[in-house]
Amino acid sequence: MFDYSKEFEAIAKAYEASGGNAQDLFDKKTASLVVSHHKILFQNSIPGVNIEGEEIQNGVRAKIVIEPGTVVKDPVHLCFGVIPAEGVQEITSEFEIGERSRVSFIAHCSFPNAIKLKHVMDSKIYVGRNAEMIYTETHYHGKDGGIEVLPVTKAVIDEGGMLRSEFKLIKGAVGRLDLDYEGTLEKSAVCEFDTKVYGKGDDKVLVKESLFLNGENSRGLAKSRIVATERRVSEVIGEAVGSAPNARGHVDCVEIIKGKESRVSAVPKLLVVDDRAKLTHEAAIGSVDKKQVETLMARGLDEDEAVDIVVKGLLR
Amino acid sequence: MLKLINIELNLNGKRILYDINLEVRKGEIHSILGANGTGKSTLSSVIMGLSGYQPTAGRILLNEEDITNLPVYERARRGITLGWQEPARFEGLTVAHYLKISQKFSGDGVLTPRECLLKVGLPPELYLSRAVDGTLSGGERKRIELASVLAMKPKLAILDEPDSGIDSLSIDHIVDVIKTFSRTGSAVLLITHHEEVAAIADRASSLCDGTIVKTGEPQAVAKFFRNHCEECPHVNQPEEEVMKNV
Repeated sequence: MFDYSKEFEAIAKAYEASGGNAQDLFDKKTASLVVSHHKILFQNSIPGVNIEGEEIQNGVRAKIVIEPGTVVKDPVHLCFGVIPAEGVQEITSEFEIGERSRVSFIAHCSFPNAIKLKHVMDSKIYVGRNAEMIYTETHYHGKDGGIEVLPVTKAVIDEGGMLRSEFKLIKGAVGRLDLDYEGTLEKSAVCEFDTKVYGKGDDKVLVKESLFLNGENSRGLAKSRIVATERRVSEVIGEAVGSAPNARGHVDCVEIIKGKESRVSAVPKLLVVDDRAKLTHEAAIGSVDKKQVETLMARGLDEDEAVDIVVKGLLR
Repeated sequence: MLKLINIELNLNGKRILYDINLEVRKGEIHSILGANGTGKSTLSSVIMGLSGYQPTAGRILLNEEDITNLPVYERARRGITLGWQEPARFEGLTVAHYLKISQKFSGDGVLTPRECLLKVGLPPELYLSRAVDGTLSGGERKRIELASVLAMKPKLAILDEPDSGIDSLSIDHIVDVIKTFSRTGSAVLLITHHEEVAAIADRASSLCDGTIVKTGEPQAVAKFFRNHCEECPHVNQPEEEVMKNV
């Protein structure tokens, strides 16, 4: 049986290792939700930001509501972690961002000891009219790749709304990642998905980002930056459907491969069903750009140092 | 300080450079004039040691040390660097970080990143935290490249057309920066199309069809270039008449 009395300390330590400031998690002035495995360690609502968490069998169900017109000054902190080496964590979340409100979320997911662990994130997001939501999720994994991360997000961005979502998994072994993000955009809505993953060892990565540009003048960007080393396999699917006048979508994928046994692929999938919509895509997959590396080498860095700088920049 | 002795480069069976003999002295500005396609940028790649540009014959000496077979970074650590004609872009790398990288192997007396930006006419407060990526215009990126070379305080700066893509009003500014290299003891190998920029050099050489056809006072070389090269229809095949008169 895991000792939950030490859970606060362990989760705070893992949170800091992932780049967060643990003090923010337990600050009463800041809205937050801290979950360890299937236990809610801390949750805090503030005026205009209501967080309701409920423990379920293998995880937590959470509903986060931002009241209309609320401008949330400090980011809402979310922390999901599992300290034991094995288990399943299922987080089911629902975000409701009221019209004209503005909020940003900083989420950290920490699994420092994972050997046989599954982390399932199932999120539904509704961004109301003229509301703005920024969501940044950073993962921190241990050196063993015994983890499966399965984040699924279905977002609807209403008229004039904006969602900017960033997913970052660059510390520790990835394990198996199967990310599936989908944004449905109404009139003049904006949606940006940005996924950054650094895989090593036997990691397997599948990233799927989809944009459904249903509203007139809607704008979407599906961006991914993947680095694959050793025996890593990755596949990126960037999908956009333009079905409204002046809808604009762009799929932008860069995958760097290092190591003879790695494999990377990029599949853009664009569909236009309105003759006034426009979709574009660009993909660069393969080795690190020679000119970038030689530029840095011409300043004195050796090849490994130069590649490291290029890769870190790409994933920053 | 830098000596190229009988440098020759063949790529895919084609002769690109041949019989290149050139000396760049300590602290001097040496211009290389030449029309498009005559081998100017190739020459800079050979000196820097970029991949694919290993000379087929000849030697490169830096302060009498043979560096012909040294990798790029070893040449850089000995004080040679290159400012690219079309500099690379880097996602996620800030201007401040990019300029600091240049100083990793520099000695004392280097300018700060802030000072380097001021020298090239870019306000530090607007640029230090920006990324060296596609959000910069071509002219901004060129200036940052120049600042990066300046930050390194090299013994030899190879500047490949630092004046191209720069608006005409700013050319004087770029010329001042090039003079700064010389004032602080760096030699400059300056590749340019512009005679007025080449004129700031102590000496100049004109390149035609992969070889140096004239070296001397910048004015004399510029005149030669004007009379023989600007209108030359055989960029990669110089007229025999021209060669006879060299």
